[in-house]
Order: sequence, then structure tokens, then C-alpha cells
Amino acid sequence: MKTHYDVAIIGAGVIGAAIARKLSSYELDVVLVDKEADVSFGTSKANSGIVHGGFHSPAKYLKTKLEVRGNLMFDQLQKELDFPFRRCGILVVAFREEELQAIETLYRQGIDNGAFGLELCGRERLLHLEPKLHPDVIGGLHAANGGIIEPYRFVFALVESARKNGVELLLNFKVQSASHADGLHTIVAGDGRAVKARFIINAAGIHADDISAVFNAESFHITARKGEEFLLDRESKAYPGKVIFPVPSANSKGILVIPTVDGTLMVGPTAVETEDKGDLATTARNLEDVFNFARKLIPSISERDIITSFAGLRPAMLPDNDFHIDISRMAPNLIQVAGIQSPGLTAAPAIADYVKDLLKQCDCRLVEKKNYDPYLPKVSGLRHLSIHEAAEAQAENPLYGNVICRCENISEAEIVEAIRRGHHTLDGIKFFTRAGMGRCQGGFCSYRIIKIIMRETGMGYHEVTKRGGGSYLLADRLGPSTPATEA
Amino acid sequence: MKEYRFDSVIIGGGAAGMAAAIEITKRGFSAVIVEREEHLGGILLQCIHNGFGLHQFKEELTGPEYAERVSDEVRQLGIPAFLETTVTAVKDGDVKEIHCCSKAGVFIIRSHTVVLAMGCRERNRGNIGIPGARPAGIFTAGLAQRLINIDGLVPGKRYVIVGSGDIGLIMARRLSWIGCQVQAVVEIQPYPAGLVRNIVQCLHDFKIPLHLSHAVTNIHGRDRIEAVDVTPIIEGVHDFSKTFRLDCDCLLLSVGLIPENELSRKAGVRITPQHNGPEVDACMMTNRSGIFACGNVLHVHDLVDFVSEEGGRTGRFVARHLDGCAPRRQFAVEAGQNIRYVVPAKADPATENRFYMRPMIVKNEATLEIKINNTTVRTLRKTHIQPSEMICVTLAPEDLARWGGASEPTLQFSLA
Ligand SMILES: Cc1cc2nc3c(=O)[nH]c(=O)nc-3n(C[C@H](O)[C@H](O)[C@H](O)COP(=O)(O)OP(=O)(O)OC[C@H]3O[C@@H](n4cnc5c(N)ncnc54)[C@H](O)[C@@H]3O)c2cc1C
Ligand SMILES: Cc1cc2nc3c(=O)[nH]c(=O)nc-3n(C[C@H](O)[C@H](O)[C@H](O)COP(=O)(O)OP(=O)(O)OC[C@H]3O[C@@H](n4cnc5c(N)ncnc54)[C@H](O)[C@@H]3O)c2cc1C
Repeated sequence: MKTHYDVAIIGAGVIGAAIARKLSSYELDVVLVDKEADVSFGTSKANSGIVHGGFHSPAKYLKTKLEVRGNLMFDQLQKELDFPFRRCGILVVAFREEELQAIETLYRQGIDNGAFGLELCGRERLLHLEPKLHPDVIGGLHAANGGIIEPYRFVFALVESARKNGVELLLNFKVQSASHADGLHTIVAGDGRAVKARFIINAAGIHADDISAVFNAESFHITARKGEEFLLDRESKAYPGKVIFPVPSANSKGILVIPTVDGTLMVGPTAVETEDKGDLATTARNLEDVFNFARKLIPSISERDIITSFAGLRPAMLPDNDFHIDISRMAPNLIQVAGIQSPGLTAAPAIADYVKDLLKQCDCRLVEKKNYDPYLPKVSGLRHLSIHEAAEAQAENPLYGNVICRCENISEAEIVEAIRRGHHTLDGIKFFTRAGMGRCQGGFCSYRIIKIIMRETGMGYHEVTKRGGGSYLLADRLGPSTPATEA
Repeated sequence: MKEYRFDSVIIGGGAAGMAAAIEITKRGFSAVIVEREEHLGGILLQCIHNGFGLHQFKEELTGPEYAERVSDEVRQLGIPAFLETTVTAVKDGDVKEIHCCSKAGVFIIRSHTVVLAMGCRERNRGNIGIPGARPAGIFTAGLAQRLINIDGLVPGKRYVIVGSGDIGLIMARRLSWIGCQVQAVVEIQPYPAGLVRNIVQCLHDFKIPLHLSHAVTNIHGRDRIEAVDVTPIIEGVHDFSKTFRLDCDCLLLSVGLIPENELSRKAGVRITPQHNGPEVDACMMTNRSGIFACGNVLHVHDLVDFVSEEGGRTGRFVARHLDGCAPRRQFAVEAGQNIRYVVPAKADPATENRFYMRPMIVKNEATLEIKINNTTVRTLRKTHIQPSEMICVTLAPEDLARWGGASEPTLQFSLA
């Protein structure tokens, strides 16, 4: 680990990751730090995974511009980084006359914003595009450019690409204090590790306000708005071809039905403000409302197909709910990237470009790296292989033949690859490989994965965790407490 | 890629699969078992308590002992088994293609018949929707059983167990034996889900409280679970004013099993929601000709002896199918009053038929009535029935001969 960097990025969610990767294309020493045991363990792992279509908010907002721009960058990114992404299209559907008006407004707004692929649809057209829709639908909007993505896989790929191009990643690094002298910031982690850098980028998500305070910079407040989502089995008959939105209300996009890239289905998110930034609890109360609502969009949706639920916190900055991305006027060479709520995932690549321009304004010299390599090698998953391809993969690496996760068909080779790429927790491996994400939720594979982690990393049973910190999995080992040799 | 050919492929080497393979082989056909674990035996291998084999072997064995007796016979008959090999797909057709993956190779087996014997999996937190935080330390009881009994790894020190199914009860005792503390077993129903003998031997003997008509309504803890909220249910409604908190560092879920039918579905096998398993005819054959099912993949059993019986019977039907025999006519079978399901869903009037069924009620001195259309063909007395204890009935051809010649005979079982 170096101690002097040009840029330190605080927060390895999708925003910090996208910025790190962008900066890795320049001759800069960059460090990316996060308090968690793996990247993408904050809001970026728990969201709807939609690449939005650019019509939900008016052009006056920064978030709108960055959403429209970001959306267009995904095809190239996928080509380079090979993460799960599909432009499946988005439908906003109306059931009452009044709602048609709102649809019309969204359409015009989208056109004004410069969004592509928008189409006003009548009932027939909608039902043709999505036969599973409720037959009472009367009209709606089709945004062909909208898509779906596996958000954590996107972040993992961004970070991996950044590291490949020289960015240093420090995990379990919780920034607790900072000082500034001789044009250099020093940031200090809870465990005493320190890093010096000329420029700081605050991409700490729901904690961006706390980080700003650490630097004695602007005082603002991030409101955590909790969103709960329910994940449904891939056998669910309700799996739609497109993302389905209701007509939005004044302050929420409403409950959506989302096909995930990997074939499961998501229903949500709710929107409830919470005081506690650690509050990721799910509640029973919402379930009924959420499903009743979702069934108005697609009647075949059933609670019986739920395999799990989770919650994420949107880092909102009130009152305008816009992104606040700017050079700090109070702390030197600090760039604030705050209030990145939805559509933060969509906008992330455009935010990275925007931040790069701000850095330039701060007189940070940006010289393109000659040997910058934007490509990552493809990881082939057993589940995507035909039996003949699987046989070839197995012949090359026998571990491809060993199925570890039976629900999602994940091989030992993929688990080992995840570990070698630095994912050492059960959740990290789960998000990287999908092992444990299926219907049995790890009931079958987690002990196998724990054993592989122990074998590959040399960790003891008590060191293996669900997601770092105090989330240990095993408390004890059976056997004689004093081995005979010691007696 | 390697390819093999057998008369029959048995997917799953638990009690059901082994029994089927034995009977097929004894009748002169070639059978092969494909099992994803290192050893034959299935779930039995982690059930180190005794209570197995009273019907099959007339003595009380532990799970591994029972498994060993059966797998010894498999070996003596020279039945081949691909171990540490997972079946990833079954392609139906006149000749079936079974796709297999293992560290030793990826290969295809072709056969005229397939026996589905994949067992079941445990229901988890998502299936029962316990709200609250999402910390580490929440395990299904079967996973904890495997960790402790096979790997010697103990998930926690202080437990709350949700659900009073047998696996949960047995784990309560197992944990007490290894010096862990079990705070309570929490059961949402007003009666226990497990066998009475297990309530006595696993809870009462260890003074572990059983909270009937109670639900876990919240989970506390950020990184690792710290406590749960338990709420009484009074006349079907949660009474949150009486909620209490139980500290724990581990929550075990023993909330039911689901037959593992992903492969079956993908092969086009019809699954009935009544028992979440394939619908089978009088010969234990699914809607796909040549594909059979038995054991926990068909319906969840509480006794391994019944699994073995069903597996053996299925093996005999497979052999008959390979011989080209099929029943001339089959009666429909229906679950009547107070019966959740009956397996199989068809009866063959020309032979003896065995049925397994699940009652929906708890009752002493119950009557099981068996009718064909409106004619009662038999009545049986049952001293005690409860949903956790399967009922087993054998009908002789004479019983089925009393149907009076209706054009579409339906055999119906009901309880009162
Ligand atoms: C329910 C829900 C649904 C959503 N759906 C969508 C969608 O469909 N499409 C879309 O475009 N957007 C969506 N969003 C928004 C999107 O998820 C966010 O905008 C985006 O993930 C924010 O990324 P981030 O990197 O800013 O935040 P985070 O991912 O939270 O990253 C911040 C990181 O900073 C780290 N950190 C914090 N404090 C410190 C510290 N002191 N020291 C070190 N590290 C620290 C955290 O550990 C964390 O990893 C949704 C959000 C929610 C909650
Ligand atoms: C936890 C538990 C405790 C029990 N306790 C008792 C008890 O105390 N007393 C009693 O009498 N009965 C008990 N039972 C019931 C009885 O033992 C079981 O029902 C019986 O052993 C099940 O046999 P099976 O062959 O149907 O399934 P299993 O034993 O589950 O066997 C299925 C096999 O199929 C394999 N398999 C699955 N999918 C694939 C695939 N795709 N490719 C290759 N292999 C595959 C699995 O690895 C497994 O070995 C218990 C059951 C369970 C689940």
C-alpha cells in the first residue's frame, strides 16, 4: 500500500466505482476506500437494477441530464466489462382516463430531456408488447431504451477494471477523521491506517453528510429513504418481458414489477423515510399492500413465489431530491457527490465523466494512460453453457464439473474465481456468482462455500463471515477441547 | 464427451433411489445411480439419532446405519453409482438423455427409464416471510444438522428454534447434548408439528419450553442475530401487546420441506400442488412415459421405512415397464374430506395397491372411509390421526372389485 495518492475516493458503491474506473484511464495514482468487507455492500447492492429511460423527471434537474447520458453509455460498458445487462424496455401503464394525461406528460418530458425510444401506446399495442399485463390497461408509455442490470455485478466489474488499471482498493477502511496540510489531505481509518491524497471524492452514499463533516466542509443532511423489494422465484408465471411501472405519484415512482437479468422477478420498492441509517429491516406490514398493488399491473403475481426480500436506503437530499455534485467551497480539493438516489445507478457512468471534469477544474492534470485496457476477461458460468461446452470447460478446469449451488447451477470453478478476485465473504461470493441467490437461499450450498473459502484463503472456520465485521457464521467446532497431544 | 447406456437411471442415491435400483437390478435390468454427494444414503447420513428401520428391519437403527445396510446391498448387487455427480438436466424422449456433471467429467447417460429420487429441500426465511433485520446466524435446521453431525461445526451457542417439526425437535436435543442453550421452540400452530415421542424426548427431557400458537415477528441484530421477538396468537390474531423478546445468537428454522422438483419440471413432468411432487399413476409413473418418481421428491415422508417401501415398489414397476407390461385400466384416486392428498393418483384394479395419504386433522378414534363413486368398499378405524403422521393403506384386487361397474370409477378416501 502506497501512502501518497493523487486522488482518494471514499465509498465503493456504484458511484465511487464508476469514478475510480474513469480515473484509471489517466496517469493518476488513485485509491478507492470503503468501510465494508467488499465493494457494493451499500445501497448499490439493494436496488431495483433498472437502467431508467430518461422520462421520469424534468430537464431542469442535474439528475435528469445525467440519467439520459448515463443510459446511453451502457452498451459500450457491457462490451468492455461483460456484466449482466439487457435493454428489455420499460412500460408505464395507465388504467384510468386521468392517468393517460400523466402518461402524455411523461412522454413530452422524455422528449424534452432528449431520451430515445419513447412511444405512446394504446391498449392493443401494450398487450402485444406485454401479454401478461392486466387486461384493464387502457394505454401507456413504452421506453424501448430502458433496461435491467445486475447492479453488484456492474460495480464488481467497474472496480476490477479500475484495479486492473492501477487503482488501489482498501476495504474495511472506515474513514473517521481527516486533516489537510501542505496541499495534502490525510484520511484516517478507524483501525489507524492512513492515506494521503491531493484530491478527495466524497461518494459515501447515505453517509456523504458525515464524510462532509469529517472534512469540515458543507453541512447538509442526507435523508435515508428505505425501499423494500421482494424477490420471486424464476418459476413464477408472472415474469414479464419488460419493466412495468404504474403512473407515478407526486413523490414516488410507485411499486414496479421488474424482470431481473438472471430470470428471477422483483416486486417493489416501497418508500419510507427512516432516521436510522443502519436500518435495513424488512417489515411484514408492507407485503400485502405491495402485492395487491403489483397484481393490478400483472395479475399472475403471487406471494407464494417469494424467495426473499431485502431493503435498500436511498440517499436523498431534500427539498429538491436532486443530485448535488460539486467542488466544495469550504474544504480544499474536495468534490462532493451527494444525494445520489435513484436514478444513481443509471447515471453512474455519466456522473464519473462529470466528476472528471470537475477535477480538471481543480487543476488536476489529466493525461490519458497509454496502456489503459478497458476490457475484462469474460467469466463463463456453468449455467450458460450447453452440455458440450460444459464438457470442454470441465476438461480444461475440472472444477467446472462440480455443481455447488444447485438452484442457480454454479460450479466450484466460479466460486474459486470469485475468491481469487478478492470476494472472501459469503455475500460477496453470492453477489459475484449468484450462488445462494436462488430458491433455497443457500440452504444447500452455504456450507460447501464456507469450506471452499477456508481451503482457498486459509481462514479458520470462525473467520468466515456473511459480510465482514461481526457477521461470523460459525461459533464453535466439535471435538476434544484438549487434544490428546497436549495432555 | 463420454456417453453411457443403461436400462434405467436413478437420480438421487438416498433411501428411495437405492431401493428402486435394487429392485430393478434384481429383475435383470441394468440400473445406475447418480448421486451428487460423496456417499450413498442421502439425508439419512446426517440423522445420527436412532428411530429408523422399525418397519423395514424390525430393529432401531440410526440414519447412517440404515443407509449402510441398504448401500451394502447396492454394492453386493454390483449396482454402479456415479458419486459426486450432479444431474443438471433430463431430456425426455423415447430414449432419455441425462446430463451429468462432476469433477471427474461431464457426460450423458441414455436410458429408456428414469427414476426421480432427488429428495426434498427445506423451506427458508423467505418462504415464511419473517420480517426484521438480516444478520448472519439464521440457518435452516437441516443445514445446522449437517454442519454439526458431518462437519463438526457449530453455528451458535444460544438458539431459538422456529417450528416444531421433527428435525427442529431433534436438533433441540442435539444442541443440548453438545452444551448449547436452546431458549425455546416457537410453533405458530396450536399443536406441535412433530411426533409426540420427539416432543417428550427432545424437549421435555431437557426442559426446553415449547411456545404453541406463537410466531417470531421480528429479528434483531446488525451483523449477527442478537434476539427475536415472539408474539402470541390468540384466536388467529397476533397480540402484539404480549410480545416478548428472546436473546439468541442463532435462529434455526424447521418450517417444512419442499420436494426438489426443478429437474422434473424442466423435463416436462407435471407437478401437483397437493403435495408439490409429480402426479403419478398406479405404477408410480409420471405424465411422461418412462419417468417414475418415489421418496421425498414425490411427497414428503416422515418415516424412511415408507420411503424404502415406495422406492422398491417403484423399482418393480420400472422393471415391468421395461418388460413392456402396463395395466389395462386405471381408476382415478381422489382425496376426500380431511385428506390433503393421496399418492398415487391412480389405482390398478388388477393388482394389490398401496396408498400413502396425509390427514388434515388431529383426532382420536377416526374413521377412514374408502369409496368407489358412491359405494363404500372399506372402512378402517384409526386410534389417532394427526397431520404429521402419514396414513398407509393397502387395498387388494377384491376391494377394488366391489365398484359395481360405473363407467368412470373414482376411488375416494375420506376421514371423519
Ligand atoms: C430501493 C432502491 C431502488 C433503487 N432503484 C434504482 C434503479 O432501479 N435504477 C437506478 O438508476 N437507481 C436506483 N436506485 C438508486 C441507486 O441504487 C443509488 O443511487 C446508487 O446505488 C448510489 O450509489 P452510491 O455509490 O452513491 O452509494 P452506495 O452504494 O451506498 O455507496 C456508498 C459507499 O460508501 C461507503 N461508506 C460510507 N461511509 C464511509 C466511510 N466513513 N468510510 C468509508 N466508506 C464509507 C459505504 O460502505 C458504501 O459502500 C435505487 C435505490 C434504492 C434504495
Ligand atoms: C432432516 C431430516 C430428518 C429426518 N429424520 C427422520 C427420522 O428421524 N426417522 C425416520 O424414519 N425418517 C426421518 N426422515 C425421513 C426419511 O429419512 C427421509 O424422508 C428419507 O431418507 C428420504 O429419502 P429420499 O431418498 O427420498 O431422499 P434423500 O435422502 O434426500 O435423497 C435424495 C438424494 O438425491 C440426491 N440428489 C438430489 N438432486 C440430485 C441431482 N440433481 N443429481 C444427483 N443427485 C441428486 C441428494 O444428494 C440425496 O442424496 C428425516 C428426513 C429429513 C429431511
